[in-house]
Amino acid sequence: MTDTIDTSLSIPKNTSEIVHQGLKKRYAAEKRFRRYGVVAVCVALLGLVVLFSSILTKGYTAFYQTNIQLDITFDESVIDPKGTRKTKDLSSADYAALLKKAMRTQFPEVKTRRDKKKLYNLVSSTAVFALRAKTMADPSIIGQTHSLWLTASDDVDMLIKGHIPRELPENERRISNKEISWVDQLIEAGSLEKQFNRQFFSAGDSREPEAAGIKGAIIGSFYTLLVTLLLTFPTSVAAAIYLEEFAPKNRWTAMIEVNINNLAAVPSIVFGLLGLAIFLNVMHLPRSAPIVGGLVLALMTLPTIIIASRAALKSVPPSIRAAALGLGATRMQTVFHHVLPLAMPGIMTGTIIGMAQALGETAPLLMIGMVAFIVDVPGGPTDPSTVLPVQIFLWADAPERAFVERTSAAILVLLGFLVSMNALAIFLRKKFERHW
Amino acid sequence: MLAQQQIDPSTPTMGQNQQMSIHLENNLKVKVSDVAVYYGDKQALFGIDLDIYKNQVTALIGPSGCGKSTFLRCINRMNDTIESCRVTGSIEIDGVNISDRSVDVVELRSRIGIVFQKANPFPKSIYDNVSYGPRIHGLAKDRQHLDHIVESSLERAGLWKEVSDRLDEPGTGLSGGQQQRLCIARTIAVGPDVILMDEPCSALDPIATAKIEELMDELRQNFTIIIVTHSMQQAARVSQKTAFFHLGKLVECGETEQIFTNPQDSRTQDYITGRIG
Repeated sequence: MTDTIDTSLSIPKNTSEIVHQGLKKRYAAEKRFRRYGVVAVCVALLGLVVLFSSILTKGYTAFYQTNIQLDITFDESVIDPKGTRKTKDLSSADYAALLKKAMRTQFPEVKTRRDKKKLYNLVSSTAVFALRAKTMADPSIIGQTHSLWLTASDDVDMLIKGHIPRELPENERRISNKEISWVDQLIEAGSLEKQFNRQFFSAGDSREPEAAGIKGAIIGSFYTLLVTLLLTFPTSVAAAIYLEEFAPKNRWTAMIEVNINNLAAVPSIVFGLLGLAIFLNVMHLPRSAPIVGGLVLALMTLPTIIIASRAALKSVPPSIRAAALGLGATRMQTVFHHVLPLAMPGIMTGTIIGMAQALGETAPLLMIGMVAFIVDVPGGPTDPSTVLPVQIFLWADAPERAFVERTSAAILVLLGFLVSMNALAIFLRKKFERHW
Repeated sequence: MLAQQQIDPSTPTMGQNQQMSIHLENNLKVKVSDVAVYYGDKQALFGIDLDIYKNQVTALIGPSGCGKSTFLRCINRMNDTIESCRVTGSIEIDGVNISDRSVDVVELRSRIGIVFQKANPFPKSIYDNVSYGPRIHGLAKDRQHLDHIVESSLERAGLWKEVSDRLDEPGTGLSGGQQQRLCIARTIAVGPDVILMDEPCSALDPIATAKIEELMDELRQNFTIIIVTHSMQQAARVSQKTAFFHLGKLVECGETEQIFTNPQDSRTQDYITGRIG
């Protein structure tokens, strides 16, 4: 049979011609595909740029805060009429009176009770705490007069930053014409300035936007992540090593593998419910505490790190294992002396990405009460606290205009942490990458 | 040497042939009887019987997939690491069955070293590569002793002159042939009796190959060497005994010279003349 086949039919003689005819179409297809790719990348980049620029433009103003300079007389007859200088007396003194007096001196023309009240409101109601703190820190200040920069109220701040337009009819804005004229007087006198908002980084949450800071949330996030890392890293690396290097490949391990993947796909809010049911209701751990948040997030990141660690272990060439085993190393020595060190960069990358995921997680923490309004900066993992993304959630929900920019600023801080963590992961991977 | 002394010289009646067989009997290192290997349901080796003698190079030849590497890996139980792999029959080393309960696999592998097809130095320094085996087995009394082991192992692997001034450099930075000799040094450092070599020269150029072949000839003074090779010329050059495997069966085994000049089996004849393979 084979002898009778006409070879001239099966293999064309004019191959070059046929190829030439189809060439244009083939290259056009390739060009088209490349263009799709470029467009896809551009869309992704555009999304990122829009996101960052909108947050940046909205948020950067929060790093500056309007302050008002006032000459405060620390009057002994107001602060400490008995002259005891006792902490108890100093802490309960009427510092608001000092503030009011200073304002009255600055604007002697304001007479009516209603106007006075409005005048006092130019300065933040939290300014009295600053005065108290200053007096308590150094009681010798009593009897002296100091020129101090005090936080302006959020309405003044918004006016200065242009978020409350002056062109608006008076009844539609939160700040009256009279108040604006006082502000202008202060500006003229050089006693009203936008200054770097140190409070934003040094204070906890507050009902007053001008006094609210993210230190509490940052420290809360830190403790939460610390607990998560301490729990999840050893557990998942041990699990990954066992599954990858020791466990027999049978139906049980296959089932475990499937369920680890299932666990990775479980919505995070479910982990929150689990935490609520077990850690709070059964184990009676403290509510709103980073330790519980850390436990919940550890459960959540466990599968991520296990999967990343297994991939890293799998990428170590089997010849290294064979070499060590061939020399008479035990399986554990093989793993710990050779395989694990080589897999470590991959494991670290996976861990950092898992941690970044945990840092940005909100939903499960809502379930365990980390959404509470907490003013104090937490001192440990069992203190009530909140975390950065939950703080963002809380501020985004607040009605005051001044919280909008603070929300964006907090997002910037959170993104800053996330970007630097991911950069660290890439750096580690590049630095320790090994080619075989 | 020791074995030769054990032969009683006061028996002049013993014929030359008999003396020879006793000599070999005492030199028997590895005795393989009826070994079969299965990967899952698939049988890879069928009833292998083979005797391997001390201070000789035994070459295992045969076409690809004939099971010679599988057989080699049985001898230090590297096949244990493959889950689906099952070995039956007995392999005795110095009269002790290696699959016996009393034989520990770690101890066995410290006595039977292996060099793989592709040089696989650890991505560590040259020193650490060689010292790793002695270190895990606790062979060195102190650092000085360890240094000595490293030096003499590299010396015996013919690598000392080339690397003595850069022991801290990574072993993976050496050339292919040097890497393979480093792997041999690493194996020697543990002080094994038997060295298994799985196509050690298949990835090397002729000069590097020649060096390793030369090395094998020196090493057999102290070790028993079993080498799997695809190159019949190599088998003819380095080995004293040759075993020919075909389709999972041991076809023929004998003195290398006899196998290559006067094979008994037609399949061996076909293989060495290039008709199968």
